[in-house]
Amino acid sequence: MNGPFDFTLAIGDDALIAAQRLAEWTSHAPEMEEDIALANIALDQLGAARLLLTYAGELEGAGRDEDALAYLRDDREFRNCLLVELPNGDFAVTMVKLLLLAAYQVPLYTALAGCADERLAAIGAKARKESAYHLDHASLWVKRLGDGTEESHRRTQAALEQLWPYHHELFTADPAAPVDPATLRADFDATVSAVLDEAGLTRPEGGWAPAGGREGVHTEELSYLLAEMQVLHRAHPGARW
Amino acid sequence: MYGNDFAAEDAPGGGLLGQVEAAEAALREAAARGRRGAPEPGEDLEAYFADVIDADQKIEPRDWMPEAYRRTLIRQIAQHAHSEIIGMQPEGNWISRAPSLKRKAILLAKVQDEAGHGLYLYAAAETLGISRDELVELLISGRQKYSSIFNYPTLTWADVGAIGWLVDGAAIVNQVPLCRCSYGPYARAMIRVCKEESFHQRQGYEILHTLSHGTPAQKAMAQDAIDRWWYPSLAMFGPPDGDSTHSAQSMAWKIKRFSNDELRQRFVDMCVQQAEILGLTLPDADLRWNDERQAYDYTQPDYDELMRVIKGDGPCNRQRMEHRRRAHDEGAWVREAAAAYAAKQAERQKEKIAA
Repeated sequence: MNGPFDFTLAIGDDALIAAQRLAEWTSHAPEMEEDIALANIALDQLGAARLLLTYAGELEGAGRDEDALAYLRDDREFRNCLLVELPNGDFAVTMVKLLLLAAYQVPLYTALAGCADERLAAIGAKARKESAYHLDHASLWVKRLGDGTEESHRRTQAALEQLWPYHHELFTADPAAPVDPATLRADFDATVSAVLDEAGLTRPEGGWAPAGGREGVHTEELSYLLAEMQVLHRAHPGARW
Repeated sequence: MYGNDFAAEDAPGGGLLGQVEAAEAALREAAARGRRGAPEPGEDLEAYFADVIDADQKIEPRDWMPEAYRRTLIRQIAQHAHSEIIGMQPEGNWISRAPSLKRKAILLAKVQDEAGHGLYLYAAAETLGISRDELVELLISGRQKYSSIFNYPTLTWADVGAIGWLVDGAAIVNQVPLCRCSYGPYARAMIRVCKEESFHQRQGYEILHTLSHGTPAQKAMAQDAIDRWWYPSLAMFGPPDGDSTHSAQSMAWKIKRFSNDELRQRFVDMCVQQAEILGLTLPDADLRWNDERQAYDYTQPDYDELMRVIKGDGPCNRQRMEHRRRAHDEGAWVREAAAAYAAKQAERQKEKIAA
């Protein structure tokens, strides 16, 4: 990654793919209040994605708008991190994933809010407030699940084992970007450690650190996600909706 | 969204929204007038109840009310709440494939609104002395119904538009009079719900307008959706007046204010002009203005089909119920965890206070 276009596209894709996954929960959530909360978080992510992709299109200067970027790229052209494209799994997987994502997005958007690029600063200022709520929501649930019943603890620890390796990719150094992701690591570690400790969950060991999303080398999951997301738009080339 | 099947304007929503606002003003005015004082000790409670209804005042949760009034309201409000929750499914079906990010955001927000309406209505039903858990159980066990319109599938994107325009439109026509319902919590809930529904109806209309002015394939998609949703939407108003079982008593109690057929006519009259602006055809060769009645003559929906769908043999009854049950069952461990965590926290709090 380098330069504002790649950076903006990457974090826009993070938000878009996260929104697509979270929206899959609609009408499936464990309680009605949670249906509303998950839809709300999906809407926030989608809102941030639209702002970021619109701006990425302008930075690129090739006439691509948010929809051209969302609907007319193939998986090899997407730049989101692998974490967000992984399937929802059970509610524990979804909440641990949201915790890791939000613990990264809060310091990311906070740093953006103070960056030199005015557009990115404005987007960061808006999105960080929303991300703070996502972090709060996911933290509460991870604590409830980790320290709830035996079953919820087992599921949540398993979710953590599954997802933990994917968080490394979020902090790959990129000194040329408007915000160098490597600088966000300490903040993330402090936030997540506190939640895991309180939840009685154990941070997984091991050095496996899957990556490649920022270069367009994804898991097998993304292509399926995009096939569903893009099918209607692509079936009617040039149509307005 | 809700039909009457188990038991207004220029731009869509415009005139009806005015009626909602009028109902809201009437509600405030009635509240300002104040009700006659509480019944005297020994006063005939039924007569007191009748007085409040006659004076167009609201019955509130703590008031005495006839058991049958309470049961009717619980049934009606719960079925309305269930309809909102089940209604999330047919439209939710298109969130992942919405054809633009803007449409995706609007649809997601709309389905979220429906969850909110469901919660709000369950809360209104709870004021009558039944818990949400009991009501959810009644839905899942099939002992209470939801609007049968949601037992039809959403096959194309245009169905999302048709649901907004026709199904939400029919729901609003049905619900606007409920803003004046004699039971206060329900009337107030309806005012809020109707305002959001009229917004949804406009969004549905706008989807169809865009499609019908788009490519030939888009226009055909819109027409196909109207062809499939028109008669089921007419059936949302319930059986013809002669066959409607609960109507007369509900009218007397001012729960219901217009008959099924009156509301159905109002809906047809509203849709004809809007269909013309859309450039789409309502699938009824006998639809024509009747100067004498000052209303459109139209073909009745197939009420035998309505009865079959209500009884469980619509295209999606099994699928909708299975979806709801699965979500409920798969969420059980999460709800148990939340309860266990809350109990532990309360215990810790107690220990802290003791120490």
